[in-house]
Amino acid sequence: MAISRRKFLGCITAALGTTTGAGALAHAASNKDFTGYPDSFGVLHDSTKCIGCRKCEQACNEVNSLAKPGKPFDDLTVLDQKRRTGEASYTIVNKFGNPPVFAKTQCNHCQEPACASACFVKALKKDPSGAVTYDESLCVGCRYCMVACPFNIPAYTYNDPLTPKVTKCTMCLPRIKEGKLPGCVEICPREALIFGKRDKLVTLAWEKIDRNPDHYFKHLYGEHEMGGTSWLYLSQVPFTKIGMREDLGVTSAPKLTSGALGAVPIIVGLWPVLLTGVYAISKRKEKIAEEEQESAVQNAKDLASQEMKDQLLKLSKKMTKEKETAIANGVKKALVEVEEAAKKAEQAAADAAEDATNPETTSDDSEKEEE
Amino acid sequence: MEFFTFHDFMTYTKGITYLVMGAILIFMPLYWLYLTDRDD
Amino acid sequence: MVAQDQPMEKSSILTPFNVITSIILFVGVILMFLRFTRGIGAVTNLDNNNPWGLWIGFDLLCGVALAAGGYVTSSACYVFGLKRFHSAVRPAILTAFLGYALVVFALNFDVGRPWKLPYPIFVSQGTSSLLFEVGLCVFLYLTVLFVEATPAAFEWLGFKKLRTWVVRLTLVLTIFGVVLSTLHQSSLGALFMIVPSKLHPLWYSGYLHVYFFISSIFAGMSMVIFEGSMAHRWLHDKMDATHLAQSDGVVLGFGKAASFMMMGYVGIKIIGIAVDNNWHYLSTGWGAWFLLELIGFVLFPAILYGMGAREKNLTFIRIASLWTVLGIILNRLNISVIAFNWQLPSDLRYVPSFMEVGTTIFIITLGVVVYKFIVTRMPILYEHPDYKEEH
Repeated sequence: MAISRRKFLGCITAALGTTTGAGALAHAASNKDFTGYPDSFGVLHDSTKCIGCRKCEQACNEVNSLAKPGKPFDDLTVLDQKRRTGEASYTIVNKFGNPPVFAKTQCNHCQEPACASACFVKALKKDPSGAVTYDESLCVGCRYCMVACPFNIPAYTYNDPLTPKVTKCTMCLPRIKEGKLPGCVEICPREALIFGKRDKLVTLAWEKIDRNPDHYFKHLYGEHEMGGTSWLYLSQVPFTKIGMREDLGVTSAPKLTSGALGAVPIIVGLWPVLLTGVYAISKRKEKIAEEEQESAVQNAKDLASQEMKDQLLKLSKKMTKEKETAIANGVKKALVEVEEAAKKAEQAAADAAEDATNPETTSDDSEKEEE
Repeated sequence: MEFFTFHDFMTYTKGITYLVMGAILIFMPLYWLYLTDRDD
Repeated sequence: MVAQDQPMEKSSILTPFNVITSIILFVGVILMFLRFTRGIGAVTNLDNNNPWGLWIGFDLLCGVALAAGGYVTSSACYVFGLKRFHSAVRPAILTAFLGYALVVFALNFDVGRPWKLPYPIFVSQGTSSLLFEVGLCVFLYLTVLFVEATPAAFEWLGFKKLRTWVVRLTLVLTIFGVVLSTLHQSSLGALFMIVPSKLHPLWYSGYLHVYFFISSIFAGMSMVIFEGSMAHRWLHDKMDATHLAQSDGVVLGFGKAASFMMMGYVGIKIIGIAVDNNWHYLSTGWGAWFLLELIGFVLFPAILYGMGAREKNLTFIRIASLWTVLGIILNRLNISVIAFNWQLPSDLRYVPSFMEVGTTIFIITLGVVVYKFIVTRMPILYEHPDYKEEH
């Protein structure tokens, strides 16, 4: 049996190996920190340097060949109204307060994008370069990405009847691949936009804050918001004053939904078991009830049939008695009748004897009968 | 397979999980039949 | 049955019902034409800040919640062994099937490129999305409901073998139905778990998926009761003795169950406030609106249900069912439209356009017309004489 024992040990080892391996993986999965693509790009927007010239808007418009706006880009009165990104404007500069502070808005290219997490056709993806890309050919147009985006960035071409699509900043991924800077970064005359590796930009930004603590509000927006974004922001005033929400929290979008998503497979695994169990129990109860009912009915039937039999027996006994009496009576009756008949016969014989002595009467009678 | 974002990890693992779910939904009724088809 | 309904329909084509529905359907077809020639923007008030409006908030969320009667009734009857609900199963399954079919139909208006609706299942699976889960389940459940609804059609058409074959699958289909319903009813709530920054904290919760699932159960029961009372009013002649004899029991049983379930729901909603420490919001305007929903449209109808069940008062239960249905609609609209984007200035908020409302009315009317068509022809509210005493 040595071979089989060796086989057995081998099996054990293999089993142990798999279980420990799986255990390690499961541990890694539930406790692993995902830090984003290494060496991904980002842009640091130093809003304290922005002068609201709208050159970035213009460059973006040209690079992406978007529809020309009604008012030209050098018309700065546009800034008097708060705007958001749209199908013809992937980036927007807004003006806040007096003296004015400016802030540029565009897709923040989240480290854990809410839009990509929400997309049910993988039309939106986080590219290793850092850009969140959109594939129009897959998009169904459910607009859940727009619902999910905490920054209200994606726009939709609602007035296109047959081929509407989501529009948003691409981080100029095609240009990055060519080794060029994003359109807005390249044109910025004040170096309010710095393109680079996100890790380096985080360090640079904190150096700026540390070097000039009176000039900067001590917060690097985008470092942790919603799990971090590729675009990072510096400001002189609290970010709520330049239209940016500080209450988004640091939990990334996929983390917000992972609990509910994790409940799904467990329900699929357990519901059939529980429901079939409930069914089996109810069926069993039903069967027992049925059996009880059946036996009760059988008992009742048995009882009833016993009674019936007794009654029948009584009845038949009664009947036999009656019959017997009836027969006896009949016999008596018959005897009486026979006696009477005999008497009658005797009587008749006596009469006949008398008639023989008197023939005339007899012939007369016979003649009458013939008529 | 290495994942850099939690989103990629979720997409991959949930993809596998959905396949497992499909297998469970097919297997469980068949196993129930196996368990019960000699009853009565 | 044929002899009964034929003269009624032939003699009066110009009934108020027919006139009103045909006007609505006509307007609906025009709206559909506008939607697909001028775009979503031309018929809706949707914009980049408010990508989901009435068509998702009502047609999808309320439609799915109110179609829950199918899985609730069929599981009560076939899984939990409550045979006295048997005559309520067919109408509930039919309504659920029509409900889901209309949800999918309505989605064709709302999504940008409706012909790509099969993409998430067959082309590119975005498995990290709760919407993928919803889409997959709705697709599968619509199939299950269709199969569950076919015996009535097979009886009508006289396909005996097919019918027997499908009826044999009843239990498996019912359990699949409950699994799929649990999943997508709850996932519809979980759709909004990705937007803690947009949905008001009183409605946003880590328990959103549980709330949606539990509320779908009493939504389904209420809808079965409400629909039953409508059918009694208008389709009384289509019901057989079994249906009529069981219907009071269905109303009382579901009324009692819904009442208890709603009390439990009030409890878990309060737990939700407690775990997130949202008490202070209750004293705001939004808090008043939240309490109106929870007390005015869940607690009160639950009590009315309870009184009706105790006193055996069917009128109370019927009123409570309509009340609960309105409460469910209020809840789903609160989460998807009213308390969604609550922080946006009022001029950026969404109000549905007349054409959106018109399209929704069109879709509901379409459902009523198809329901009437089927119920007056197929053995839904009565048992087919050939298949009696079989179950």
